[in-house]
Amino acid sequence: MEDWSNWLGPAEWQAVRLSLRVSLVATLASLPLGILAAYALARWTFWGKPLLNGLVHLPLILPPVVTGYLLLLTFGRRGAVGEFLEQFGIVLSFRWTGAALAAAVMAFPLMVRAIRLALEAVDPKLEAAARTLGASPAWVFATVTLPLALPGVVAGSILAFAKAMGEFGATITFVSNIPGETQTIPSAIYAFLQVPGGEAAAGRLVIVSVALAMGALLLSELLARRVARRVAGA
Amino acid sequence: MISVSVQHRFAGFDLDVAFQAPPGVTVLFGPSGSGKTTLVNAVAGLLRPDAGRIAAGDWVLLDTAARRFVPPHRRRLGYVFQEGRLFPHLTVRQNLLYGRWFAPRGAEAPGLSHVVELLGLGDLLDRRPGALSGGEKQRVAIGRALLAAPKLILADEPLAALDEARKAEILPYFERLRDEVSVPILYVSHSSAEVARLATTVVALRGGRVTAVGPPGRVLGDVAAMGVRGAASVLVARVVAHHADGLSELATEGGRLWLPLVADAPGSTLRVRIAAQDVILSRARPEGLSALNILAGTITEVRPGHGPGAMVVLAVGEDRLLARITLRSAEALGLAAGQTCHAILKTVAVAPEDVGTGARMAGDAERT
Repeated sequence: MEDWSNWLGPAEWQAVRLSLRVSLVATLASLPLGILAAYALARWTFWGKPLLNGLVHLPLILPPVVTGYLLLLTFGRRGAVGEFLEQFGIVLSFRWTGAALAAAVMAFPLMVRAIRLALEAVDPKLEAAARTLGASPAWVFATVTLPLALPGVVAGSILAFAKAMGEFGATITFVSNIPGETQTIPSAIYAFLQVPGGEAAAGRLVIVSVALAMGALLLSELLARRVARRVAGA
Repeated sequence: MISVSVQHRFAGFDLDVAFQAPPGVTVLFGPSGSGKTTLVNAVAGLLRPDAGRIAAGDWVLLDTAARRFVPPHRRRLGYVFQEGRLFPHLTVRQNLLYGRWFAPRGAEAPGLSHVVELLGLGDLLDRRPGALSGGEKQRVAIGRALLAAPKLILADEPLAALDEARKAEILPYFERLRDEVSVPILYVSHSSAEVARLATTVVALRGGRVTAVGPPGRVLGDVAAMGVRGAASVLVARVVAHHADGLSELATEGGRLWLPLVADAPGSTLRVRIAAQDVILSRARPEGLSALNILAGTITEVRPGHGPGAMVVLAVGEDRLLARITLRSAEALGLAAGQTCHAILKTVAVAPEDVGTGARMAGDAERT
């Protein structure tokens, strides 16, 4: 019997592995910032809040190519931030880390929206009760707010992961389409479709994409329901 | 000793309150909108008043003049909220132990097993709040407050969300707290029955101002603070016996008092709230009357009201009994201070919620 792993060619496997790594790193690395931004938008009142809100949501509205180009201008080797980071040996442009950054930026609005909704649903009266019982604001967040918002955090993370898996426009603009370094599944599908006879490989990657997306959605449903049941406390 | 002085201005509401209360249960008493919850939240630190000073004993929680504001999590409180506010994602046991985790090492707190026993929580420990009844939730909330090793217990209408049966279930626990736990309690209520049963000191509030401060017998009988329909007296009575026909026999200094069966054992001392408008007066000892309770007393004051009513104050032993009758009757009977008089009270006029445990508080019998 044929080995199942041979179903995908080496180049296709490479793209799948890279996509998983890029998306996972993008999601996990942006999660703390996502929670912070969501908390700030949900609970704080401060000058410039509409600006932060706009900034967070911008990647959702802008053409992905524009976002990618802006990333290139900022984080590219000649960009202000890119030049600064290069002193510490951190290079983002045309590297998989750059692909992760692009994916994180594009997925950020979805993540923040889901977490923000969950945080807004947490009853501030419960937080006040925790304060009176001796919990400092940081402990209140860790022991009451975050656990109660967990379904939203999980849903937001999985949504962000799925979005990162599918990110194409900003990634290809910012870090190009280098096999083994920045060629994620969408870039690989695009590349396969540019050469004659590449339809079969592209088709297999399409199947993988659909399977991963469906899997992510089902998993998020399952986890969210499980956490919600625990929080509801029947 | 709790001393509170708070000034705070909201849109359309102005709170300006100052009072001092001895140890025990201090009940903030008044109609909704009188500023009770605002005041208790200021004590909790959940509200930062414009100006004021709040201290429990020598521990200053707030002093705006000295720019001192202790944040709520350092105030060492046990706050029992009206709606329980249990953490839905934690089990009953985790809820109970939540505050203890933040209490300073070596803080004197009752043990979990003691609190579980006191409040009858043994079967609930592994459940989550979503699976508890209203009364069970409130019991857990009380336990959670106690286990935080508080220096001050706050309770904001903890019974208001419960039906009568659940109220009757929870109220005795607060009486036990008052009698067994030395921590001062600040208790918000708009029910004079709760005041009569629980209070060591009553602070009557109306429209953001204090209208009366003192022991319950005095404040509840204060028509100016309570309004004529709310005025009531608190009699201290000792349970003598329970009878088969569903009545309990109690002894007061003015004679036998028959009440619908009470739960307390013979020998225990109870406080009975008697609404002034439920009392009938008679110069001679009446006979052939369906009312079972005829208490003898001496009139100390006849106070005409603004309308057709008058408030007659009787001394019954050390207690005061109020009777609200018409001015016409008072004049027809020729009632005046110094006369002996009989107060008649229907047994069924005393509801179970009017009867609570606890002895006479110091100064209860003081005359206004």
